[in-house]
Amino acid sequence: MANNNLTNKQPIPTLTAADFQPVDINQRESEAIKRESLSAWRDTWERLRSNKVAMGALIALFVIVLASLIGPVISHWVHGYNYKSNDLLATNQKPSGTHWFGTDDLGRDMFVRTWMGARISLTIGLAAALIDLLIGVIYGGIMGYFGGRVDTVMNKFSEILYAIPYLLVTILLLVVFKPSLGTIILALTITGWINMSWIVRGEILKLKSREYVLASRSMGAGTGRLLFRHLLPNASGPIIVTLTLSVPSAIFAESFLSFLGLGVQAPISSLGSMVENALTGWMYYPWRMLFPAVLISLIMLAFTLLGDGLRDALDPSLKNK
Amino acid sequence: MARYVTSKFLYTLLSLFILITATFFLMKAIPGDPFMSEKEVPAPIRARLEAQYGLDKPEIVQYVNYLGNILQGDLGISMKKLNQDVGHIIGQTFGVSLRLGLVAVVVSVIVGVGLGLLAALYHRKLIDNVTMVLAVLGMSVPSFVLASLLQYLLAFRLDLFHVTGLKGPLDYVLPVAALSAQPIAFIARLTRSSMLEVLHADYVKTAKAKGLKWPAILWKHVIRNGILPIVTYVGPMTANVITGSVVVERIFGIGGIGKVYVDSINNRDYTLIMGITLFYGIILMAARFITDIVYVLVDPRIKLTSGKEG
Repeated sequence: MANNNLTNKQPIPTLTAADFQPVDINQRESEAIKRESLSAWRDTWERLRSNKVAMGALIALFVIVLASLIGPVISHWVHGYNYKSNDLLATNQKPSGTHWFGTDDLGRDMFVRTWMGARISLTIGLAAALIDLLIGVIYGGIMGYFGGRVDTVMNKFSEILYAIPYLLVTILLLVVFKPSLGTIILALTITGWINMSWIVRGEILKLKSREYVLASRSMGAGTGRLLFRHLLPNASGPIIVTLTLSVPSAIFAESFLSFLGLGVQAPISSLGSMVENALTGWMYYPWRMLFPAVLISLIMLAFTLLGDGLRDALDPSLKNK
Repeated sequence: MARYVTSKFLYTLLSLFILITATFFLMKAIPGDPFMSEKEVPAPIRARLEAQYGLDKPEIVQYVNYLGNILQGDLGISMKKLNQDVGHIIGQTFGVSLRLGLVAVVVSVIVGVGLGLLAALYHRKLIDNVTMVLAVLGMSVPSFVLASLLQYLLAFRLDLFHVTGLKGPLDYVLPVAALSAQPIAFIARLTRSSMLEVLHADYVKTAKAKGLKWPAILWKHVIRNGILPIVTYVGPMTANVITGSVVVERIFGIGGIGKVYVDSINNRDYTLIMGITLFYGIILMAARFITDIVYVLVDPRIKLTSGKEG
């Protein structure tokens, strides 16, 4: 082809030996990857970033966390309120310049209390989810990795525990032990870890017969290396999704307990106890219900959407399931 | 099959036994005793009272007695409502809650399956998107928020329904709506994904190819097969409706068992709390047991010998 073109019009240039150079055949260079390589996490992040709903949820969560951290500080700075300072001459006030979200029946500023409540709800949700993660990974890891009789016994044990209704156990514990941040988190995690342990068990059972595990084992890798270098990182997708989705369920459980009067005790506020508190006069003071109710729904919505988005990003084959 | 049912049954009993044991020892862990009051009770009277209720015996004997009483259906006597039997209180109030719960379950299944099916048939169309947005919202809004919102807007502002009470059939609308929102959302999502899978299955293509009419395909092949996963949701749905009813009954002032439960927690009426907790526990465990059995019955793909795998 090229030859044809040359013969048609252009005269053949005269070439001397000096025009030629030996090509340095560098195997390494020719194999070099020119485009930036994407790690599994970068890849997941790119997929998540293109998901507008999940990114919206992530940003909303970021804003809510930020507001719950600085909201009470700002209000204290501007007006000098804190979550328990009350003004009995200004009870049940409508939202205004001095009380941005109004006041409650004891004249406490709703803006401070709402964000303090969000702080408590988020703390409980995240702490419960992280403890579930820790126990679940250890328990599920042992079940999946060792298998056999250990697996059978531990699995039966977790099934028996799981059959005892989650909220009832929590209610029983909190009726007996004084509700505080610590006991609520404890009560929520006492059977909450089981779901996570089953996810981890299933993943590890599936992964441990893969070739790369066999290869690593045949090269002399110990249990610790196999677990932490090969099995758990590869199981991290479903673990992260379960973790994200267990946060809203812990937050819901906490708000439900607060609603029963078994949540954090006054004067500390949580979103659930504020909604419960607002029930008495809410026909006449709707804002007392509105702000905490909307915020708790928003938090749960954002975590659910983020969890869905993460699931799609971590395992695209599950999309639209 | 018989072996599977027996083993499931035994494990359920074991779980129940753990719950009963936990309630007993937690009750014992509460500081103070039932006869504590502002006035010091004279020692002989206290001894008589303790003897009458069997509290003078060692704890292990008390525990055995407690187990025996429960086996006979005796949950003890309320500590705050004088001389009222816990079983009697439950019997009196459970009817209302059961009716409300059953209506909510029926509504949830019909509306949930219907919406899920519509979303699957119009996959990636407007109906699908709207349904899924509603489903996510329904899953995220706690039942007490929804209940208060409905009460405020529809009953108080627009005066369409009674604010509280459960006298006429119209009064069921708001509580049932609040109770079934979350189950509807879950069922719709479950149905949609399962129907989407079935719609692309080979046997549906075959049915189309051999010239079957669309309604027949839908009924005979799609719905029959796509509805299976809904069975797994029966257990969680029962739990959902029970926790929901505790809240909803309180908000709408319905005198069911859920309201009694909240009141008993607020009054620290320990025997009543324990009694209702056990009662709820039995219902939930029974629901889960039935779910396990029914699922095996309807889905021939589950092997009975391999137990719970995957």
